[in-house]
Amino acid sequence: MPAIKAEHIFKHYKKVQALNGISLEVGEGEIFGIIGPDGAGKTTLFRILTTLILADEGTAFVNGFDVVKEYRSIRECVGYMPGRFSLYQDLTVEENLNFFATVFRTTVQENYELIKDIYVQIEPFKDRKAGALSGGMKQKLALCCALIHKPMVLFLDEPTTGVDPVSRKEFWNMLQRLKKQGIAILVSTPYMDEASLCDRIALIQNGQFLKTDTPQNIVNEFGTALWSVRSNQMFMLLKDLRNHESVDTCFAFGDTHHITFKSEPPSEQELNDYLHSLGHKYVYIKQITANVEDCFMRLSGKTLQS
Amino acid sequence: MSKRDPILMPDDTVILANDLTKEYGDFTAVDHISFEVKKGEIFGFLGANGAGKTTAMRMLCGLSKSTSGHAWVAGYDINHQSEQIKKRIGYMSQKFALYDDLQVWENIRLYAGIYGVPEREIGPKTDDLLKRLGFESEKFTLVKSLPLGWKQKLSFSVAIFHDPSIVFLDEPTGGVDPATRRQFWELIYQAADRGITIFVTTHYMDEAEYCDRVSIMVDGRIDALDSPGNLKKTYGAKNMDEVFHQLARGAQRKA
Repeated sequence: MPAIKAEHIFKHYKKVQALNGISLEVGEGEIFGIIGPDGAGKTTLFRILTTLILADEGTAFVNGFDVVKEYRSIRECVGYMPGRFSLYQDLTVEENLNFFATVFRTTVQENYELIKDIYVQIEPFKDRKAGALSGGMKQKLALCCALIHKPMVLFLDEPTTGVDPVSRKEFWNMLQRLKKQGIAILVSTPYMDEASLCDRIALIQNGQFLKTDTPQNIVNEFGTALWSVRSNQMFMLLKDLRNHESVDTCFAFGDTHHITFKSEPPSEQELNDYLHSLGHKYVYIKQITANVEDCFMRLSGKTLQS
Repeated sequence: MSKRDPILMPDDTVILANDLTKEYGDFTAVDHISFEVKKGEIFGFLGANGAGKTTAMRMLCGLSKSTSGHAWVAGYDINHQSEQIKKRIGYMSQKFALYDDLQVWENIRLYAGIYGVPEREIGPKTDDLLKRLGFESEKFTLVKSLPLGWKQKLSFSVAIFHDPSIVFLDEPTGGVDPATRRQFWELIYQAADRGITIFVTTHYMDEAEYCDRVSIMVDGRIDALDSPGNLKKTYGAKNMDEVFHQLARGAQRKA
């Protein structure tokens, strides 16, 4: 039985079509990432699957239960960490945790093993009010509260947004440990570099999945040549590459620009000569394999054009 | 307090911080930081959550005073001339940008008024701006119905509408889609080309590469400050992400 199975989910708010026919299946113990920008529909999907709102159309099952008819059973067996910090700011760390354990008719002791790794990091602050915690600690407390009743499926809506790269990495290490306990995790993120940490991902834009697959397969199916180019004048290089007749797209990627071509790429020598003639120095050109962000931009560009 | 003249800073220095410090009780949020930012520079201000970035930025914007040390922004003392500073800077954050219930042109009009842009210049400048952004058709659109990426681009343009000496950008691209994030940086480059100094925080390490120089705060101190190229050399790292991890991993403060 899949942990999550959703088919043809549609949802609109007034004039906005938030979800436009989404289907997905998440297996037991799988980390499934939903990757896309703000406003793509990630939170709406999470709210439907956690039985907080109803879809206009489509069916969804979590842990075998129907999100409409059996919503009570689902609420017993899922953990949900919403994007916005939603614990009680006026309760202490310990009080929040006890509160959530009690609501689910369990105790902190009963499932302590599950949260131990995470809880020890915030235990020194157990008497501090949740509202006075730093961002990283709030996030850890929220994860503990979502786990305290030993859920089968964990929903994490943008747990790492606004979190620095080091804390993000720590957070993902925690998720890997939870996965080993057999918990299925549906996690959304706007950070494309987190895609490789998921078993499978769906790229979402405008309420639609652009693609669903393993990160590796998505990257393998980029489907066209991709070059990385650098020179001593990066901003000018961006414009000059875009003006080259064979260049299709050109985007900045950290210390290089990535380019794709309308048809056949020119020879490296030809491009090199072109850039030198425009005054660029230290030109560096290399064929590279795409990353998930390249794929996202290519796929979302295609939908916009069609 | 006697009225002070702008200090004698070299013309091309927009920020000068000298042992700038902020203590809350026995907690030192910002711990004796010293640095300079030059005119037209894109300066990346990085650090882990809780490292002290926001506290430092609030002082530089004239919103809070230092407990010791000094800083000058656009020639004015942050502790004694904060009102002059506020007129000469722009500010944009991801959290607060524009008024959702005002139309695009109304938002521009409001900010232009607050920053004292002369009445007769506002109209033509607004049209100019919308044309440059390709937003002419959205002039009368309510801001809340714009996609996030457009809002962020508009918000940045509004923050520099009064031609400030420097603009402070606090995580301006969080949650924005990859293509728009890059268009946003192209706006930053254009503004820097016009001589506006850019002071920017981000959690995207590829964006750190777009900066002329980058500082990395750890536990309230600036532990590294250089061009991305030199930082990578110094730390033997292949990208800024590795540099950041090497420095921030040593942090004592728990985020």
